[in-house]
This record gives sequence, C-alpha cells and structure tokens, in this order.
Amino acid sequence: MSSILIKDLVKRHGAQVTVDHVSLEIGQGEFIAFLGPSGCGKTTTLRMIAGLTEASAGSIHFDGRDVTRLPPYLRNVGLVFQGYALFPHISVAENVAFGLQMRNVGREEARRRVDEALSLVKLAHLAGRLPKELSGGQQQRVALARAIVYKPEVLLLDEPLSALDAKLRTEVRSELRRLQSALGLTTIFVTHDQDEALSVADRIVVMSAGRVEQVGTPREIYQRPATRFVAEFIGLTNLFPGGLDGHGRFRCEDGECFAVTTTDAPSNASVLAIRPEQVRLVRGVPAPDGESAVEATVEDVVYRGALTEFVVRTASGVKLAAHLQNADFGRDELRPGDRVVASWPADASMLF
Amino acid sequence: MAVSRTSSVRATTAGSFRPVMIGGCILAFVMVLAPLAAIVWVSFFENKIISFPPTGYTLDWYRAAAAMPQFRDGFVTSLKLGVVATLVSMFVGVPAALVLARGRFSGREAIQSLLLAPLIVPGIVAGAALYMFLIEVELASGVQVAMTFWGLAIAHSLIALPWTVRLITASLIGLDPQLKEAALTMGARPFTAFRLVTWPLIRPGVVAGALFAFIASFVDLEKSLFLVGPGVTTLPIVIVNYLEWSIDPTIAAVATVQIAIISAGLVVTDRYFKLARAF
Repeated sequence: MSSILIKDLVKRHGAQVTVDHVSLEIGQGEFIAFLGPSGCGKTTTLRMIAGLTEASAGSIHFDGRDVTRLPPYLRNVGLVFQGYALFPHISVAENVAFGLQMRNVGREEARRRVDEALSLVKLAHLAGRLPKELSGGQQQRVALARAIVYKPEVLLLDEPLSALDAKLRTEVRSELRRLQSALGLTTIFVTHDQDEALSVADRIVVMSAGRVEQVGTPREIYQRPATRFVAEFIGLTNLFPGGLDGHGRFRCEDGECFAVTTTDAPSNASVLAIRPEQVRLVRGVPAPDGESAVEATVEDVVYRGALTEFVVRTASGVKLAAHLQNADFGRDELRPGDRVVASWPADASMLF
Repeated sequence: MAVSRTSSVRATTAGSFRPVMIGGCILAFVMVLAPLAAIVWVSFFENKIISFPPTGYTLDWYRAAAAMPQFRDGFVTSLKLGVVATLVSMFVGVPAALVLARGRFSGREAIQSLLLAPLIVPGIVAGAALYMFLIEVELASGVQVAMTFWGLAIAHSLIALPWTVRLITASLIGLDPQLKEAALTMGARPFTAFRLVTWPLIRPGVVAGALFAFIASFVDLEKSLFLVGPGVTTLPIVIVNYLEWSIDPTIAAVATVQIAIISAGLVVTDRYFKLARAF
C-alpha cells in the first residue's frame, strides 16, 4: 500500500497526445476513480501506472520511489483487466497463485494465501474449476483475488464492472468497496460510468482529451463541477448559452432571464447550468421569492419509477429538463401540453 | 410477425438445401476416401497383374517392398528430410509468427507474403529455380549442394515453412494479448510469461504446424524432382520411378505404409488438439 505521485505524465503516439501533462497525488489507501468518455486517456494513464505502456514524459512515484522506467514485473501492482484476462489453461486456484509463484512464496504459505484470497471474494468452493466454467461475476472476482493475493502496492481496476449485468454490477461494486477499505489498498478505478465513480470513489479524477478536468470528492464533482465538460459528463442536461447582465441575472441567448448567485462565478460566464432534479414544476402557482421561475409547457414525460423525467419548453422556446421524485409528486399528474411554472433556487444554478 | 416469418423462410430454405448439402458431403468423402481405400485393398491382392476381383489375399507385397533397398532408402531419406524440414521451419517459424502476430509494422505484409510464398509458387518452378541456384553456388564455391541431402533439406524446409508460420500465427492471433500483460503485472518476467502463459496456449497450434510441415515434406514430389541424386532419393520419387517400369501391388503396399504413417500422425495430434480449430 503506497501513495502515488504522478507528475506531468505525457503519452504521445506520433503527433497525437493521448495523455497530456497529468499530475496527481494519491494518498495511501485512497480509492480514486478515473472518470471520462472513451478515448480520454484514463486507461492509458492506468497502463502507464502499471508499466504496460511507456510514458513519453513525466514521472510516477510509489511512496517516493521513482517507478517511471520500471517494467511492470518490478512494480508490484495488481491489475484487474476489463476482460479479466484469466489464464484459461489453469484452475482458479492456480490463477490466484500465479503472483505468489512469481514471488517464490513457499508452497504451504501460497496455498494458505490463495485460500484466504478466494474466501475473501467468496469463491473458495470453486478453487478447482477452470475459468471458463465460471459465470462472468465469478470470473471478475477471481481476477480481483488474483490481483490482491500478493498484497500489491497499488490496485488498478480497468472498467472491471462493465461486463457485468446491472444487478451484479451494484453488488460487486459494494463488495469491491468493502474489500478495498478492509485491506487498505491504494486503488485506482477506471470507468466511464459516472454513477459507478460517484458511488465507490473517495475522490474522482474527471478526464477529457488527455487532460484532468477536475479532481474532487464525488460531492464536489457533482455539486460544484469546475468546467462545463464535467457538468455535462456528470449528467447535467440543462445548459443555456448567454451572459451575465451585471445585476445578478443571467440573460440567455434567446432572451430568457434568470436570477443567479454570482459570488463564485466567473464574470465572463457564458453558460448557465441547472440540475434537472432541482427544477420544480407547479401548475399555475407563482414561484416563491428567491427562486428563478419561468412559465412553460410540458412537452414530454418519461416515467422512471422512483422519478419522472419531464421536458418542458418556455415561451421563448428554451427546453428544460426536470426530474421529479415520485414520492413528492403523487396526485397531480402532469401531462404533455399542461401549462406549468418551472422554478429552482437561485443558488442551484451554476455558471461556466 | 415479420421476424417470425423471416426466420421460417430461412428455415425452409435451409431445409430444402439439406439433402443437397448431405449429398455433397458424401460425394466429397467418397472422392477423397475411395482411391485410398482402393490402394489399401490392392496392396493385399495375390495376383501380380492388378485385376478385379482378386484371386486371393497375401502380405507378400509388403515383404517384397521391405526387401527392396530403393524403398527402404527412400523411406529413410524422406523421414530424415521431414524431421530436418520440420525442425528448421520451427526455428524460423515460431519467432517469425511471434513477430508477425504482434501487430502492424511496416514491412509486415511483405514478410508474411515472403514466408507464405512457397505455398503459392508451383513446386516444380521453385524446385527448378532452387536447382539452378544451387548449381550456381557449386560453380562459384566448388561445394556440391544440389543432389545432396542438404540441398533437399533446403527445399523441404521451404515446403514446411508456410505451414508452421501460418498455423502458429493463427493460434497467436487468437490469443488475448492481455493474458501476457496480466502475467507481467503479477511479476512474471517476459520469458516466464511466455513459458507459463503464451506457450501452453499456442502449443496446439505449434504441434499442428509441425505435423503439417512434416506431412507436406514427406509427400512432396515436385520440389524434390530436380534435387534428388544417387543415394538421396525421397520416397515419392522412388514410387514414381518404380511406376515407370512396373505396376504391381508392391507400390500399393508402399503407399499404404505412407498413408498409415500420416494417418497415425493426424490421429495422435488430434488427441492433443482439435486440428479443425487451427484453420
């Protein structure tokens, strides 16, 4: 278990820069998620930390030890691949024992630790099977056991849940979190799924086009996205181009005007963002003071169980998404064509 | 509805084609196996002039063939050549396949084409070319290579090489590159990763490649035609030479032994590796 220090890490493929001066400090035992769309450089960064891809420039330190030029087999990392990469020709137990065998751990000791790792992922009873005889979820757990059994300094996970179905994903996710904190493993988790990142990580590194867009706790990333990219990637759909008018109001390009809190907003802000879940829709009642409000017509309703997703359009033609909890919203059912007032707290708006 | 209709149409089409397909398969089997079966059958005929039905059955032709030195020598030469050609093609083919399968690089296509070219160039042309080349070498250096065992060994290595390259490349391409990377991250040095992970997984392809290399060398006629010399003649050429003067069941007995050796090779290899998977 080590801390990781990444400084100005760069990866070039010819003229193309896939990782562009990434710098990052990761504390011992911390659970970090690299979040971003495919091609943002998150997997390349992970592979450079593992030593599978050579860095073009910059440095990587584990606990102050420079590992930038070390081959993967001298780095002591555990890596869980997206496709698990279990060795198909040997049993589950032999797969898990592989890293111990490479470290010349004695036979008895190795057997004990393989048992321990397999019990940790609740697969001790399948030790003798071949990987192909296991379900996807079980294979995933073998891959995890195989990566942690030799107590790596750093645990790296490359989209480890993407091959699992939704229900299993949630299950494995919490199991992963439990194991990680129990073992105190410094962990980096690569994902393109914001829900996954938000729910497992201590801190999230949002990446785009090879650069770090923002580093922060899930709460910071979600509530105070630093850039428009982060806001959009994290699921913010109401974005309005325009500008501040200098009187605490934001004037949208199509004429609509909203009150905003400007304390920590850049004065040259050109985009206003509002989270769909902070928009309220009320039939005919004027908005309370301190709220931004606009009259609109319901255009589209998608029932999602716990919440309902609405799309409304204002008189000037601006489309606004609103997600309403169905617990707060039972009797008065809105339908397409209904006239409503859409409102949100002024301090819920974000400016970029 | 639309979906089910399409699938039922497809089912009917396949259904009406089935007899044709089965018929085709049977025809292919008969065409491949009938001559072999006939050879084996004839090799037991009692009568010297091959005619049907046979007057009786005997093992004399096998005894006769074994007693003829040209068949014995040809058999030994072919066997030795097959082994040498297989070994050479492995030493060249395995590293070549490892590099070729690793991915795109400039010149990759050229190298691959070159290694597979012996499959495409007609054997008689390649044999003649090699013969002329070896004569030139002899004129320049005074070392005789043509019409010696080693001249034949060069030709047979060329016959064997495309098979090993092709089959080993195929098994490497089917291999997940992440398996090796996983081994590396777990602490295996590159050679250990190859020995413990890559090698066991490509071994069936390597075995199949070696087998086909051996067979291709063992049965070759055209490439060897110009290169054989006194004392070094391969079995297929001995057979052709013998057929020029006489047709009797001796030749069928020799061919049967040849068929038996190749079949045994195929059956044994198939136990380690489903050969059909190599293509």
